[in-house]
Amino acid sequence: VRAPWRTRSVPEGKGWSGAATPDPDAGRILFPFLAVALSRRALDVSLRLARAEEATLLPVFLARVPRYMDIDAPLPRQSAMAVASQEAIEQRAAAFGVAVDARVERGRTARHALARAIQSERYDRIVIAAAAPGAGGFVPDDVAWLLAHAPGEIIVLRPQAADPLLDVVDDPAATSRHTVAVPAAFS
Amino acid sequence: MSDGPGRAPGSHKVFLGMAAGVGKTYRMLQEGRADAEAGRDVVIGYLETHGRVETAAQAEGLELVPRREVRYRDTTLLEMDLPAILRRAPELCLIDELAHTNVPGTEHEKRYEDVADVLAAGIDVYSTVNVQHLESLGDQVVDLTGTRVRETLPDTVLAAADDVQLLDITPASLRERLRAGKVYRPERVESALENFFTLDNLTALREVSLRQVAEDIEARRNPGGVGAAEAGSPNATRRRDERLLDTSAPWAIGERLLALVTPQPAAQRIVRRAWRSAQRLGAELDVLWVARGEPTAAEAEQLTALRKLTSVLGAHLLIEIGDDVAAVAERVARERGTTYVLMGRPASRSLWQRLAGPPLPAQLLRRLPGVDLRFVADRARRREEFP
Repeated sequence: VRAPWRTRSVPEGKGWSGAATPDPDAGRILFPFLAVALSRRALDVSLRLARAEEATLLPVFLARVPRYMDIDAPLPRQSAMAVASQEAIEQRAAAFGVAVDARVERGRTARHALARAIQSERYDRIVIAAAAPGAGGFVPDDVAWLLAHAPGEIIVLRPQAADPLLDVVDDPAATSRHTVAVPAAFS
Repeated sequence: MSDGPGRAPGSHKVFLGMAAGVGKTYRMLQEGRADAEAGRDVVIGYLETHGRVETAAQAEGLELVPRREVRYRDTTLLEMDLPAILRRAPELCLIDELAHTNVPGTEHEKRYEDVADVLAAGIDVYSTVNVQHLESLGDQVVDLTGTRVRETLPDTVLAAADDVQLLDITPASLRERLRAGKVYRPERVESALENFFTLDNLTALREVSLRQVAEDIEARRNPGGVGAAEAGSPNATRRRDERLLDTSAPWAIGERLLALVTPQPAAQRIVRRAWRSAQRLGAELDVLWVARGEPTAAEAEQLTALRKLTSVLGAHLLIEIGDDVAAVAERVARERGTTYVLMGRPASRSLWQRLAGPPLPAQLLRRLPGVDLRFVADRARRREEFP
């Protein structure tokens, strides 16, 4: 079954800034993730769900702002990760034929950012990946908190060994020592 | 603190450096002495010589307000005596180490807050600070040097200063000064040279300092910009970002990018791509939406998302009301010294639109000669269009 928004393949006449707008009436799947732990498996699960439900995926990059910084301060280092992650997600979503409406949310901790995200976004479901021991991601306390506080359906993926969508490497082209994220080798 | 009757707030000059040892305190004292010799009433409010003989020599002959003792956890520490400075009420006060954190129990947590009181009392201030203390550069400095600076200074303090003077020496010269024992005591020199004061670190910090001052000069080129008048607030008290936002700088010192967006999900892609380009160029990024009226609910939602994104990226989101996108974009680009305009792929136009006038890119090319125009493609559609 092709979702209605997938049939609008060319955004002609929709304005000069580019791609088609996701259907505002479609379902919305919130997919919060942390810079260090964007799991390919979790993303694929979210995308499969979105495709099946003809829903829009809202990948939310959760930025952690250290306490000694203003909560609204620019975060150039995390920005590099956010930009790379969101672009990788959009490309993968395009392969699935899923519309994406990306978000960035900041907070003092992962949970704080998560709380702000669920408060400010409209969504029908949340998909998160629980962290495997030793790997980054949502720790059991965060998952428990989410289950207790977030309205709507929540899908928690079992922890697995890290399967990052992106690898963090030094950017050889940058004039200064910025890190960038590049797509991990797909198996 | 209240202003004395008829006494205008003092002016603030900041001596900015890339690192310790570049000569900020020395230059501050030199200029203070010159002012004193010219007949001004000058005192040293706080001086940290770090045992440097040459620096201490520059302070000779200038009145020093003694530090006061502050008890903290069974220890007696010496801090700047703000009440004594205010009582003494000189014309000019020299205050070292602007980013310093005071011992609990004093009037303020931070020295820059003390300085604000001194300025409010109508006393001019010369102060010193290193660029890595600037709050907004925190992440960048960690990236560059691997060192997290704990004592930070809000950008507003530097933005509000009446004058910022950069003390610039080459990294090699600074390392030479360090080796000669002019910066730290001999036992600390080797460790400093191997850790923070490496050539790479100093080169990077020098670049950051030079850019900081270049931005500051750019922001001051038109202190009475349109936005300043609209906001009705003194330009000097606003954030550096906000001043840049409102500054009419017709010529860019460096590159400056302007991304044209409409509030829809695809705008995020344009902003992200523009931000990457801005990073490569070391340029500021402005994001402009030309609205035709109040945003709809859907647009408001997208605007919120855009605001969050631009805030994290350190870009400036501008919303202008107007019917003629090209005219508004032209005005904004000229005001802000834009060198690149980025926009999404132009949509095909209806017959009526074609009759109404040339397409937006053509209008922009005509209106903004000398400004590059770049279309941001949807890479996800490459496979779709070129299988």
